[in-house]
Amino acid sequence: MSFENFGIVSFTAETKASDFVSYLEKGQVMATRCRKCGTNYFPPRMDCSKCLSSDVEWFEIKGEGKLVTYTVVNYGPTGFENDAPYTLAIVDFDKVRVFGRLSKGIKEGDIKPGMKLKVLPVRLPGDRIGYEFQRV
Amino acid sequence: MQDVAIVGVGQSVFSRKCGVSIRELCFEAYTEAMEGLDITNNGIDASIICSAPEYDKQRSPAGSISEYLKLTPKPSFYVETVCSSSSTGLRVGWSLIKAGLHKVVAVIGFQKMSDLTSRDAAERMSRGGDIIWESPFGISMPAGYAMYARAHMAKYGTTEEQLAKVRVKNSHYGAANPKATYRKELSLEEILGSEVIASPLKKFDCCANADGASCIIIASRDIAKRITNIPIWIIGLGAATDTMTMSGRESLTGLRCAQEAAKQAYKMAGVGPKDIDVAEVHDCFTIAELMAYEDLGFAKPGEGVGLIEDKETYVGGKIPVNVDGGLLSKGHPIGATGGSQIRTIVKQLRGEAGETQVKGAEIGLVHNIGGVGQYGNVTILRR
Ligand SMILES: [Zn+2]
Repeated sequence: MSFENFGIVSFTAETKASDFVSYLEKGQVMATRCRKCGTNYFPPRMDCSKCLSSDVEWFEIKGEGKLVTYTVVNYGPTGFENDAPYTLAIVDFDKVRVFGRLSKGIKEGDIKPGMKLKVLPVRLPGDRIGYEFQRV
Repeated sequence: MQDVAIVGVGQSVFSRKCGVSIRELCFEAYTEAMEGLDITNNGIDASIICSAPEYDKQRSPAGSISEYLKLTPKPSFYVETVCSSSSTGLRVGWSLIKAGLHKVVAVIGFQKMSDLTSRDAAERMSRGGDIIWESPFGISMPAGYAMYARAHMAKYGTTEEQLAKVRVKNSHYGAANPKATYRKELSLEEILGSEVIASPLKKFDCCANADGASCIIIASRDIAKRITNIPIWIIGLGAATDTMTMSGRESLTGLRCAQEAAKQAYKMAGVGPKDIDVAEVHDCFTIAELMAYEDLGFAKPGEGVGLIEDKETYVGGKIPVNVDGGLLSKGHPIGATGGSQIRTIVKQLRGEAGETQVKGAEIGLVHNIGGVGQYGNVTILRR
């Protein structure tokens, strides 16, 4: 798969961070860290804006994160019309803050800011790939 | 360096579907702005055209608009910060005059959104987020602000009913604004009962897409005094940014770009939140108005709800806000919105606001945000 296969609808074919998709295929959701100054990045990026180095390495986002906020979207933009309702969320992990979707397996009434979540790759319809937050 | 004044303000009627072309919409705003001014087209040294791209087919709209308004052969160019484009235009125009390059500048904002279906318009706005990492999940404008709302509720205990009260107020004033898209008063029950768009935001927590144009004419002190009886002075300007990504935001209970822009504008104007007599804030969603109360210092963080509960942001309250109905009533023709907000404050400071006039208003503030808190602009005006 290439980076064009990332997400429900992709708008970008090329990025220096396209290995993100290869890692997803292997079952890992990754972030990057600058080897020179140690800054962590999510979304992953191969250029450090802090020290202007491009010497960065990948690391896996493991363990439990905490739900910061979420919304259940009932009205999707073009390209997402058959996808709603879906839940967008922001989750704080140890080193990075991650934006994504909550697993459809979690009922709306059970969602609470502060709840513990993990992030895992997920296969999407039409030979696509992404990631989602799931219950610990 | 001469002071800069706003000498003319105008806007078209904002509507769901205007039925005319963009240049004709701009003509409507421009003629209102020129009304009563002792100046002709020839006296305008430059025009700045402001909108969000990709809602219509015309590339380089400055060309067609400057031709239609006969502002050629003077310079004309395009400025964009999505929903705050015309506030950014004002900032650029101010600096052109301050620098001595021009003496009179027209800032023209527009958007015609009815050419697109509402889903296609949502798709454009979705691509106003980070297209590599966040748009592929289906982010939208309501979803972005909904995440702020949920975080605000979790931290401060803000309720959906308190959010709805912002719309109750704005619909009350919108009913009196002949240029607003929505002129119907809404009850708390109607708002709370409307369909959920992106939880916890419902249909009536959200502003609507609209067609419209606005025009602000600014001039250096010597010219301003000559061509108008009531110049309104630009005394404070603030502008700031925050990350395009939602995951990059340090705070999800207030807009950092607005807090920073407000700090700059207050400092430049030499005034504080207590000195503001009337304000226009960017209420694209009800939560956005509540956060604006806090980001502008009208209330402490988490205490903005007190202002709406106690009706302090109504005319007669401590700090009347959006007494023209706000974006929630007027509709939000993206590039025209900032100019419309400025027009309202200018009319208030001139004492021309009719039944919603805040008595004796001398200092007014405009808070205009681009995207989901990406671009913050605060402008302070004085009579
Ligand atoms: Zn670095």
